[in-house]
Amino acid sequence: MRDDAQTDTNLGQTERLFSLVGGGLVLLAALRRPSISTLPVALGGGYLLYRGLARQDPVYEALNIRRNDDGGKLLVRRSATINRPRAEVYAFWRNFENLPGFMEHLQSVTVAAEDDRRSHWVTRAPLGQTVEWDAELVEEQAGELLAWRSLPGADVENEGRVEFRDALDGSGTIVDVTLEYRPPLGAPSVVVARLFGEQPWQQVRDDLRRFKQIMEAGEVPTIFAQTSGRLQEVANERARLRGE
Amino acid sequence: MKAVCWYGIHDVRTENVPDPIMVSPRDMILRVTSSSVCGSDLHLYDGMVVTMREGDIIGHEFMGEVVEVGKEVHKVKPGDRVIVPSLVACGHCTFCAEGNTSWCDNSNPNAWVLEKMYGQSPAGFFGYSHGFGGYAGCFAEYMRVPQADVGAFKAPAGYTDEQLLFASDAAPTGYQAAEYANIRPGQTVAVWGCGAVGLFAMKSAWLLGAGRVIAIDRVPARLRMAREQCGAEVLNFEQVDVVEALIEMTGGRGPDACIEAVGMEADQGGLEGAYDRVKQTLRLETDRPYALREAIRACRKGGTVVVMGVYAGFVDKFPIGAIFNKGLTIRAGQQHGHHYIPQLLRYVEEGRLDMTFPITHRFSLDEAQTAFELSRKREDDLVRAVFFH
Repeated sequence: MRDDAQTDTNLGQTERLFSLVGGGLVLLAALRRPSISTLPVALGGGYLLYRGLARQDPVYEALNIRRNDDGGKLLVRRSATINRPRAEVYAFWRNFENLPGFMEHLQSVTVAAEDDRRSHWVTRAPLGQTVEWDAELVEEQAGELLAWRSLPGADVENEGRVEFRDALDGSGTIVDVTLEYRPPLGAPSVVVARLFGEQPWQQVRDDLRRFKQIMEAGEVPTIFAQTSGRLQEVANERARLRGE
Repeated sequence: MKAVCWYGIHDVRTENVPDPIMVSPRDMILRVTSSSVCGSDLHLYDGMVVTMREGDIIGHEFMGEVVEVGKEVHKVKPGDRVIVPSLVACGHCTFCAEGNTSWCDNSNPNAWVLEKMYGQSPAGFFGYSHGFGGYAGCFAEYMRVPQADVGAFKAPAGYTDEQLLFASDAAPTGYQAAEYANIRPGQTVAVWGCGAVGLFAMKSAWLLGAGRVIAIDRVPARLRMAREQCGAEVLNFEQVDVVEALIEMTGGRGPDACIEAVGMEADQGGLEGAYDRVKQTLRLETDRPYALREAIRACRKGGTVVVMGVYAGFVDKFPIGAIFNKGLTIRAGQQHGHHYIPQLLRYVEEGRLDMTFPITHRFSLDEAQTAFELSRKREDDLVRAVFFH
């Protein structure tokens, strides 16, 4: 699925500018002393120049990354089919406190006691840090749609949207998830990406797979702490399982 | 406990490892009483399967006695003697619900690995590399079986392990091959490979109404077993041109269904053999598909080719032109054991299916290296090696 609003460009303005200027300079430098050894440099410069001119990066395109404007926001869309009734799938997601059970980077979500449209989110960040924000439910159509958004003051502005629909062939409920993160004041989007794993688009796919596994199979399959000839690894994993 | 661990090419060792533990309320712990070296284990032994790790416990064809169950397990209890298919299934996804359990959406902890290779991941398998889930295998005294309510089938009373063991993998795989072959009464079915899977495909072809069964291999002991135990006419591919022979034997038409029970390490001499070995060694192709090419060439127009031998990656010189112009149907896939085991056990109880006959060699777990070497070289008339734990 593609973002309908901005179809041709997946680069932010800042990134595009860097690409144009940087790529042009690199290319020029390389062309002044053409040789086999400067060829890769010229090609690299040419590529940067191209993506700047074209306002879009074929690699990003292939990886389904969009970073239009807003200082490099990160947009990820993923879809999964769950063999459970739509109302049940919706209800599980509607209780945001269930999300850390399958979204790996989430440490906890606490729904406000006085207002179930408000919640506090805590995510794991590198080096034992956490990133936190308050969020509110901004749209709710029972069994069909959920959308939430971080409140002003969030470490990382973000919003999410999930649409629920019946698979046409009766094979369950299709969930379409869109997540969007905006870093504080122009920080490179790659920094945000790091907060959510090396590859956010893979992360969300894995999260959705776990969601499906919990809904259908009742558990996320695991081989953690199982036996093998790697005695030290087994001992370490079992210690972690016991909470040591 | 004692377990057979993989360490590399032609290197498996029987070692002392920690006992398995349950990590989910749907798990059970099984005391394995017997297990068998499957042809696909030889791909691991030969180093053909990626994502293996040193120390992995291998093995996926087994039965045993339940010793402990989690609190969400209701259909089996400690003391039950059970057969477990070679793979894990959740029992609830759309594929499991329709009986296609080897396509289970939810049982491979490392699904992302195979999604990169295949687009989607099949189920998780016991003892068959981390891409396929990394579950510890059955060549061990005890093992953890996840989703026990879905995966454990009670053994009918009054039968020995030898009479039931192959219900775990070889028999349902062969049966599925014959069912996929879409046999109409009186039709001719050719089967490449006279290992246990091929032999069970032959037996199953008769059960499903075949009029004629032709077996192809080159190992005399296996051809003899196909002829004597499975009522097959046999062809030794070292002595005849298989495609020519099959076409002549079928009134010039070719077999109605061709079952390939060989897989990615097929043997072949001559120029074609050298070609594929070089390409495989250089990793320009991962699998050697001679038997498959032959099956496609021999199959009659509009016929069905069933791929039951294990393939993992890519093959070269794939005869798509023959498939297209002869309008062939190709069916393939890992066994959906959970779907077939009850039917096969009924056949055994009715006296219509003997599952004992492929066993030629018996070993203890301590003799694993010997069992693997003999199996690999197909020496000493070995068809199937079984461990009694």
